[in-house]
Amino acid sequence: MPSWFMQQASSFAPDVDNLILLITVIVGVWFVAAEAIFFWLIWKFRARDGVKAQYVAGETPREKRWVSWPHYAVLVFDILILVVALRVWNDIKISAPPPEERIRVVAQQWAWTFQHAGPDGELDTADDIRTVDDMHVEVGKTYYFDLHSRDVLHSFSVPVFRLKQDAVPGRSITGWFRPTVTGEFDIQCAEICGIGHGLMPARIIVATPDEHQAWLSAAASGAVPAVTAGAAPGTAVVARAEGDGQ
Amino acid sequence: MSGHAAAHADHGHHHQSFFQKYLWSTDHKVIGMQYLFTGMLMALIGGFTVYVFRMQLAFPGESVPLWGTVTASDYNSLVTMHGSIMIFWVAMPVLIAAFGNFLIPLMLGCDDMVFPKLNRLSYQIFLISVLVILSSFFVPGGPFGGAWTAYPPLSADPAYNATPWGATLWLVAVALEFVAFLLGGINFVTTAMNSRAPGMKMFDVPIVIWMIVLASLVFMASVGPLIAGAVMLFFDQRLGTGFFDPAAGGDPVLWQHLFWFFGHPEVYVVLLPALGIVAEVMTTFSRKKLFAYKTVVFTAIATSIISFFVWAHHQFVAGIDPRMAGLFTVTTLIISVPIAEMMFVYIATLYGGSIRLTTAMLWALAFIAEFLIGGVTGIFLGAAGADVYFHDTYFVLAHFHYTFFPIAFIGTFAGLSYWFPKMFGRMMNETLGKIHFWGTVIGFNLIFIPLFLTGSGGDHRRIFDYSLFPELEYLQPLRILATVGLLILIAFQPVFIYNFINSMFRGKVAEANPWRANTLEWVAPSPPPHGNFAEMPVVYRGPYEYSVEGRDEDYWPQNVPGDAPGEPAGQSAGQVA
Amino acid sequence: MGLPTGRLAVWWVIASEIVIFGGLLGSYIMYRLSHDAWAEQAAVTNTLAGAFNTFVLLTSSLSAVLAHRAAEQGDGRKAARMLYFTVLGGGVFLVVKSFEWGYEISHGYTLASNLFWSFYYTAAGLHALHVIAGMVIMLFVARTAARNEELQRVENIGLYWHFVDLVWIFLFPLLYIAK
Repeated sequence: MPSWFMQQASSFAPDVDNLILLITVIVGVWFVAAEAIFFWLIWKFRARDGVKAQYVAGETPREKRWVSWPHYAVLVFDILILVVALRVWNDIKISAPPPEERIRVVAQQWAWTFQHAGPDGELDTADDIRTVDDMHVEVGKTYYFDLHSRDVLHSFSVPVFRLKQDAVPGRSITGWFRPTVTGEFDIQCAEICGIGHGLMPARIIVATPDEHQAWLSAAASGAVPAVTAGAAPGTAVVARAEGDGQ
Repeated sequence: MSGHAAAHADHGHHHQSFFQKYLWSTDHKVIGMQYLFTGMLMALIGGFTVYVFRMQLAFPGESVPLWGTVTASDYNSLVTMHGSIMIFWVAMPVLIAAFGNFLIPLMLGCDDMVFPKLNRLSYQIFLISVLVILSSFFVPGGPFGGAWTAYPPLSADPAYNATPWGATLWLVAVALEFVAFLLGGINFVTTAMNSRAPGMKMFDVPIVIWMIVLASLVFMASVGPLIAGAVMLFFDQRLGTGFFDPAAGGDPVLWQHLFWFFGHPEVYVVLLPALGIVAEVMTTFSRKKLFAYKTVVFTAIATSIISFFVWAHHQFVAGIDPRMAGLFTVTTLIISVPIAEMMFVYIATLYGGSIRLTTAMLWALAFIAEFLIGGVTGIFLGAAGADVYFHDTYFVLAHFHYTFFPIAFIGTFAGLSYWFPKMFGRMMNETLGKIHFWGTVIGFNLIFIPLFLTGSGGDHRRIFDYSLFPELEYLQPLRILATVGLLILIAFQPVFIYNFINSMFRGKVAEANPWRANTLEWVAPSPPPHGNFAEMPVVYRGPYEYSVEGRDEDYWPQNVPGDAPGEPAGQSAGQVA
Repeated sequence: MGLPTGRLAVWWVIASEIVIFGGLLGSYIMYRLSHDAWAEQAAVTNTLAGAFNTFVLLTSSLSAVLAHRAAEQGDGRKAARMLYFTVLGGGVFLVVKSFEWGYEISHGYTLASNLFWSFYYTAAGLHALHVIAGMVIMLFVARTAARNEELQRVENIGLYWHFVDLVWIFLFPLLYIAK
């Protein structure tokens, strides 16, 4: 269902969408059946002259069966959904493949700062590239992100990745993703963080290895300013808010 | 208790001033009406807030009639006030305190609550909480803008939330509201346990009473940690402590646990009374016994207990241990089982019935149809793997409005249409009622079906303007459609307001039991006098003995003695015992 | 159901207070377990004073029980005397506490100086408020009981007082002994 609206751009996005599809089918069938029976009963047993209602207490086993069998069936389907859901959850949040590169994501009121590993591929070295509101990654690479907040709760959400993680001040929270499609996509803040909550959009740029290399060299050599003009985080936001392109 | 009522009537109350009779009364019916009218007024305010911010969402940046331009700060305050008001000052007072106060003594066959003065005090504290939250609209910085969930550090530090006065006033108002409901709960529980009419055993009690009592118990058992948390947050806001401040060694996530430990059971606190109302209406207008009454009671109890073990499904991506999240997925999916059972039982009640589609019945049936949508969409959110995508999107919002709106509004309209004759001694207009019904239901669905779609499309919550997100621009027509739905919904509410007020004074005079129902409130006159019953009723059977075989009448009130030998079967031996 | 309404109401109040204090103390325990550094702060609390206060509250609960016994026997005046003794116990408790807090505050251990102290003052303060409320209500009940009226209230306020005592039994080890 999300795939009707949002493309799948990470390795686990199809898993999430398939889980949602499974739930949709199961829940959809039950929903339609319940509503259909419900409306049919309203129509069938509408008040008619001379026809009295029946006295059905629903206490005998025969009568109770009409309710208890569906209710056990619900339990069975719940367990099925549970198994798949836990598997998907585990893949996204608990067990992760080994990282090929790390990246640091820092949220604040009201902008995102990204610390990229730079040409040496190692985070927290001298050649790290810091950007504001633009995250640059390479398609097909497995990234671990370290998520921080400078002030209040924020949340790092990349809908096309089907990825979301709250940023908690005082903590460094780790997650992972592997982009599978190149392009430029939205990053949204998914936890109300004050007046500028809707004013801190960011972009993730997924590039081919060549393109990514080109960006790395340009950024490292200073040809492309690492931080967008203005340096202060708020300025980039304002520029975007005034329609200054994507 | 029987002789008491007769003596009670001769109290010498006949020369009460308006103030004594309507504002300082200890009579449960008056207190119930006080809660009802206050809740209805707050609904207008809560509705106004959503009108303003949905206009902003549909036409970003444009001036909203009756408000002006909506700034980002306005927006946050409006959504915060909308959620807080609707839950704490509309749903709870109307469903629990209004219907609870009005119905419990009447349905149990007694003359008032056990502690009438405490009852009055609970309303007064509630009223103060109303004044406090309304005052926050007029303070510098405006009302609190940190969402009804009030997560710190945003809510703890005015430097972050820019609503310093509003934040503390919100906290004080919520705390006072909690105290009011804790006090009110004392009456509900003790009256239900100790003041039942002679002959009324536990399983002869109408379902709505069971539900309101259970709701009070769940509220009491769940609100404590949040009261503790509120004290801590207040100290953080005002006294420089750091309970939720990482710099001081505190933990923002602790608040979330304290909040949701209450917040999740809270939704059942409001759901149960609504389900109770729906049961009363459905049985009366299908002339059928409630299917498997005992199952309903046990299922309600099971749901209440399990509701204490699901809270962290609101926090799947909040930074909790992901393995804990797995555990809460299990419990959350488990709770869908008793709720599903409840739905099945209600649907089964229709089987073999003789269904009359009065306005009240339309509302009760709409509750089931709409709540089913809310219920099934919860599965997407309870399954942690799917929630990663849906968390904080409009999908969540649409889900909880498909539960909350049926609970707070559809359930209320069902209850008001049904008990209006008893409350005011007059009948509401059925035609106007049906017009209001269809306009409301159509408008409601027109709001939230588009929002399921925008949520699936990636619209996150609490964003005041989506134009900064290129991937979301194409969803704007759906946002506009949702706002149009809201305008339609709003446009039909004056029909109800007119019907309600006009019928109070000029409706057709109602008899004691216009719906030919079984429960004891219909034995008292419409409206019941102070003291309720001329003679306290005695109960001979359960509340849902409709269409009993071999009887002429298709109903058999609880207070009518069994047929004596020689009497023709089915002759109701007079309504008033 | 059988339980007299007054007693049912008191149990309701006690139950809701248990959840409130439970939430507060639960939060404190969670934090304490992850903040070893708090031991340094906790070392400052006056264990002797705390122990003495525990003894005082327990004794006052005893007199509350004696008051109940007297009430059951219909001796309202004795019940009132026992209740006054209980109130006295509460008073002593508060006086000791005020000396404790006076010392701690004047040495810089205030509500906001450290998260341990934030919990200390909040939990003990909330408890003290409940002690005061209990004392006030108890005085009213005693006055009425002395006239041999509403004797069932003696048991009810006693129940509340035992609860207040019980909370202190939890607070004492958490704030004074765990160092």
